[in-house]
Amino acid sequence: MLSSGPLRSASRGPIPIDARAADHLRYIRETMENAAEFTAVPGWGGVAMGVTALAAAFFAARQTAPRAWLTVWLMEAFVAVAIAAPAARTKAHRANASLFSGPGRKFVLSFAPPIVVGGMLTFALYRAGAFAVLPGVWLLLYGTAIVTGGAFSVRIVPVMGLCLMLLGAIALFTPRMWGDILMAAGFGIVQIGFGWWIAKHHGG
Amino acid sequence: MARSSTAHQERSQRSRDREAVLETVRNPAHERVPGDVDRVIHERIRLGIVSALAVNRALSFPELKALLKTSDGNLSVHARRLEEAEYLSCTKTFDGRQPKTEYKLTAAGRRALERYLNHMEALIRATRER
Repeated sequence: MLSSGPLRSASRGPIPIDARAADHLRYIRETMENAAEFTAVPGWGGVAMGVTALAAAFFAARQTAPRAWLTVWLMEAFVAVAIAAPAARTKAHRANASLFSGPGRKFVLSFAPPIVVGGMLTFALYRAGAFAVLPGVWLLLYGTAIVTGGAFSVRIVPVMGLCLMLLGAIALFTPRMWGDILMAAGFGIVQIGFGWWIAKHHGG
Repeated sequence: MARSSTAHQERSQRSRDREAVLETVRNPAHERVPGDVDRVIHERIRLGIVSALAVNRALSFPELKALLKTSDGNLSVHARRLEEAEYLSCTKTFDGRQPKTEYKLTAAGRRALERYLNHMEALIRATRER
C-alpha cells in the first residue's frame, strides 16, 4: 500500500536522518513495484510455443497407443518450458526487471501452483488409465495458471487464460477424438494469436 | 576517451554528493532538507510520479492518480512542477471524444531520480559510518 503522506515518527520525536532516507528509498521501490506492469510474459516465445504445440497435435493425433500419445505431449511440454523460460528471462532482463522480484515474483508464484497440480494429476490419471480427460485437465490448469499469474501482468494475459479455460471445459465434455483438436486450438492457435499481440504491444 | 571523461565526471559528481551528505551529517541543523538534495523530486507525490514513470514507458493522468491515491488537483499541481523542471513531458490527445493526458519521464527526469537515489544511499552510508 502506498502512502503519499510524509514520514512521521510515532513518538513525534526527531527522525534519524538515515531512517528518513531509508523511508524515501522504500517508497521509491514500492511505487516502482506497484507501477510496473510485468511484461516478461514472452510474446514471441508464446508464438514459438504455439507452433510447436500445433506440430505436437499433428503427431499426437496419429498415435494409436495412449502411451505414445502421452509421450508426444509430454515432450511438447518440455519443449515449451525450454522455449518459455529463457524467453521470459531475456524479456525481463531487457526491461531491467527480474523474474524473481516484485511483479515477476508474484507472477511466478501465482503461475506455478496450477502447473504443479497439473503434473500430479497427469501422473494420477495416467495410472488410472483416464487418458480421455487429460486434454481438458491440461487446458483448464494451464489456463488457470495464466489467469492467476496474469492478474499481476498486462490485461491481455488473463484474457488468454480464460480462453484456454473455456477450451478446457469444452474438452472435458466432448469425445476423446476432439482432445488433440482442442489442444491445437488452445496451446497452438490461442498462444500464437495472443503471443503475437503481446509481442506487438508489450515489448516483444 | 569520451567514456573515460564521462566516468571521471561521474566520479567527481559522486564525490561532491558524498561531501554534501557528510556535511549534512556533521551538521544536523541542515537535517530538514539534506545536502543539495533535489527539492523538485524530494516532495512525496512528485517522487512517486517520477518513480512510477521510471518503470513505465508512459502513464495517463487517471493511472497516476489511482496509483498514488491522490486528488486531481494535487496530482495536477505536482505534475506541472515536474514539467516546469523538464523532468516530465506531457502529451494531450483525444481518445474518441475523451481528452487524454499522458506523461513520460524525460532523460533529465531519469538522471534526477538516479542522483536522488545515489544521494539517499550516500546519506545512509555516511550516517552509519559516522
